[in-house]
Amino acid sequence: MTNLETIITVAVIVLGTAITRFLPFLIFRSDKPTPKYMQFLGNYLPPAVFGMLVIYCLKDVLFVFEGTSGLPELISLAATLVLHLSFRKMLLSLIGGTACYMLLLQFVF
Amino acid sequence: MKNKTSFLSALRAAFPHTLPVLAGFGVLGATYGILMSVSGFPFWATTLISLTVFAGSMQFVAVNLLLGAFAPLEAFLLTLMINARHIFYGISMLDRYKGTGLKKLYLIFGMCDETFSINCTAAVPEGIDKGKFYLATTLLNQSYWVIASAVGGIFGSLISFETRGIEFVMTAMFFVILIEQLKSKKMAVCAAVGIICSAACLLIFGAGVFILPSMAAILLLLTLLRPILEKEGPHND
Repeated sequence: MTNLETIITVAVIVLGTAITRFLPFLIFRSDKPTPKYMQFLGNYLPPAVFGMLVIYCLKDVLFVFEGTSGLPELISLAATLVLHLSFRKMLLSLIGGTACYMLLLQFVF
Repeated sequence: MKNKTSFLSALRAAFPHTLPVLAGFGVLGATYGILMSVSGFPFWATTLISLTVFAGSMQFVAVNLLLGAFAPLEAFLLTLMINARHIFYGISMLDRYKGTGLKKLYLIFGMCDETFSINCTAAVPEGIDKGKFYLATTLLNQSYWVIASAVGGIFGSLISFETRGIEFVMTAMFFVILIEQLKSKKMAVCAAVGIICSAACLLIFGAGVFILPSMAAILLLLTLLRPILEKEGPHND
């Protein structure tokens, strides 16, 4: 790629990303009340989105039926869950879960 | 209600929420910078892309795009597909970002997975202006990403990888937020909809293209469940 082609490619990626972020706000302008259906989605979509986001993070290891693929991730998420249900301290759950994953990755798997 | 809190106190309130992102972006951003540097890109190009694109997984994909043949239309369509999940973030934030003035432009521009997660779920403390809190989160998170990728780009492969696996902090954060969302039966149903639809689509369509069908399935199922979800008045918490 020439320099110009590189710049165009980056610009196109910037534009594409911005479109996905701005689109809902362009369609539903803030000077008008948000339609009831969109308010419904605003209320009930977030838990579904976080479910999707967790699956998205695991997309390269989940349902890959080879060796121990996905196992360190699932064990560490289980550890995070137990920690979080026991202490309800977000930072503690994150540090514990991540430490568990790092140990598994570096020493076990 | 006009609130004249200083931006500094908003920064102070937002900072603890961004700590997991600091850890995750610190490592992922540096990894991205290193990848760009070994692919032959100067560090300022890396920094510029982190400033203007600011979308983690897309930037990793873009490394290959930039190394390949010139194909802007393909790059554009691929970007829309990989980042389509942002549309759901926008829908969720339509009312939350209302009344934030000009700041809103940057709030939307900088709405990556992690920033959305914090701004959608964190309780803004009493006495802190909502808009400034959102701005502080967005700004802090992007700074972590830009600085980490610049450092990675400058020092390249000099950085050793004792930190292997620390990027899992991002997955853990989304997971903990998901747990926190399960305050009521209705929210648990919605979370289950998200997990089941995405997992099923991942199994059927594969990791490359499963997000779009997942989003369609989630929209469809939530819409079908709407009469039940909205039965006892609108949800509020």
